[in-house]
Amino acid sequence: MAFLNALPGAVAEGLIWGLMAIGVYISFKILDIADLSVDGSICTGGCVCAVLIAAGVPAWVSLIVAFIAGAVAGTMTGLFHTALGIPAILAGILTQLILYSVNLSILGGKSLALIDARLHPLVLNMSDNIGAIIAAVLIIAAIIIILWLFFYTEVGLTLKSTGDNPDMSRAQGVNVKLNKVIGLALSNGIVAVAGALLAQYKGSANINDGRGAIVIGLAAIFIGLSVSLKIKPNFVVSLIGVVGGGVVYYIIYNFVILLGLKTDYLKMLSAIIVVIFLAVPYLKGEYFKKLKPLPIEEQTGGEGNA
Amino acid sequence: MLKITNLQKTFNPGTVNAKTALRGLELTLNEGDFVTVIGGNGAGKSTMLNAIAGVWKPDYGTIEIDGVDVTSMAEHKRAAFLGRVFQDPMKGTAPDMEIAENLAIAARRGTKRRLVWGVRKAEREEYKKLLAQLNLGLEDRLSAKVGLLSGGQRQAVTLLMATLKKPKLLLLDEHTAALDPKTAAKVLEITDRLVNENKLTTLMITHNMHDAIAHGNRLIMMHEGRIVVDISGEEKKKLTISQLLGLFEQASGSEFTSDKAILSK
Repeated sequence: MAFLNALPGAVAEGLIWGLMAIGVYISFKILDIADLSVDGSICTGGCVCAVLIAAGVPAWVSLIVAFIAGAVAGTMTGLFHTALGIPAILAGILTQLILYSVNLSILGGKSLALIDARLHPLVLNMSDNIGAIIAAVLIIAAIIIILWLFFYTEVGLTLKSTGDNPDMSRAQGVNVKLNKVIGLALSNGIVAVAGALLAQYKGSANINDGRGAIVIGLAAIFIGLSVSLKIKPNFVVSLIGVVGGGVVYYIIYNFVILLGLKTDYLKMLSAIIVVIFLAVPYLKGEYFKKLKPLPIEEQTGGEGNA
Repeated sequence: MLKITNLQKTFNPGTVNAKTALRGLELTLNEGDFVTVIGGNGAGKSTMLNAIAGVWKPDYGTIEIDGVDVTSMAEHKRAAFLGRVFQDPMKGTAPDMEIAENLAIAARRGTKRRLVWGVRKAEREEYKKLLAQLNLGLEDRLSAKVGLLSGGQRQAVTLLMATLKKPKLLLLDEHTAALDPKTAAKVLEITDRLVNENKLTTLMITHNMHDAIAHGNRLIMMHEGRIVVDISGEEKKKLTISQLLGLFEQASGSEFTSDKAILSK
């Protein structure tokens, strides 16, 4: 019964983390970059949102500003990596560290900013979980549609090819460096929007929010893709799967809390989920590899689709 | 069409691993030249192609394509002039993207990419016709991921991508070396057709002396970062493999035997 009571809240929060995971999907899956700056930019999104709402700015406007702030953070990581030649992982860590100071100064030196849902109309809040779920679904649907359109434009296709095969992309005249910056900006912008929604949902922004966010995002991606790739391996289904992965992750999360796991261990749990999902395909290939039959030259295809 | 002047390149300069790959390379191609390039391992063949493509900057010298000095132009900008096919069939195509998407990206090489639909309907029809000409059964698989194709099919698609938007210069870096003999012959046949149809100026590296003689109107042999033999016209048509081996020994002062090249005549 307690589990059923916790379910709407878990779904609402899971959806927000699912949106965050869409941002991580863009860097990790499309650009093939493990971008650690998201741990900072999700917090930036929350801080910007909390401060703006306290200043009387409409909640939806704060989401747009959060996106811009996240995009700036992503651009920074992108430039560290492409213009200054810093390895992507380190570039992300550096941005994360810079953002910690930035976030502190956004919060005016305090570690916590409260958002009072009774004083300010919010996009979503935990006081109304069903309403929060509806709002989150609408926002996520809009973002998925925009991303779907974008990634099938001329520019969007080259963003995909940049991550898929940088050599081919350069040979076809694609500015790989610029595309990485654009992709990281987009990714962190979306992550910051998720951070802003999370702050509104919880009614607060904390300087420590977002620590380990990348791991939760990856967990959501792995959980989601393990199902959605089996259904239909296309872009929109993958994104929906990733959001679903976030929801599943949060339901599991709430379930283990109810089972009595100390909350101290939750971050470890997230990490273990990611380790399992990364390790299983590797171990399968390394230790349980079946001998494949000789490849047969494919001459005619089955997919009558054009 | 292409003018390379005194091109020099040393990798890892100042270290024990220093390797001088190009020593004052000079090469001029005329419009419509189809040049085959041979030479031993480490002769600088791929280095020359990479220099033209702009993978890195040379230490010294200039490269002009169609009258434009591209020596310090970024690789992706230079791509506007070039069509490239690599030795590794995995390198020329994006495996996780559809055949049509790969072709569409190539079709826009050298143009500004916009926020409009990336693969138009009319284009798909056009691609279908071009793929049908490859005779590999790909015309009905426009929406298939390129990663599902065989190495030969991928090289054929890469060739199509390299020539879809007519390049000033086509660079083929041993593009059949990783394929089995039957598939290699087929890809070479497609190469010949595309080059002739589009009258493309082409540089084709090969390890196979027979192919080097049978294809193109001009043959160059490289040794230690320079061109040591340059034969064209009637003289090339009459060339034999034993003559070619003799020329190599004469030019380099050593025998070709230690090399893989002799195995593939």
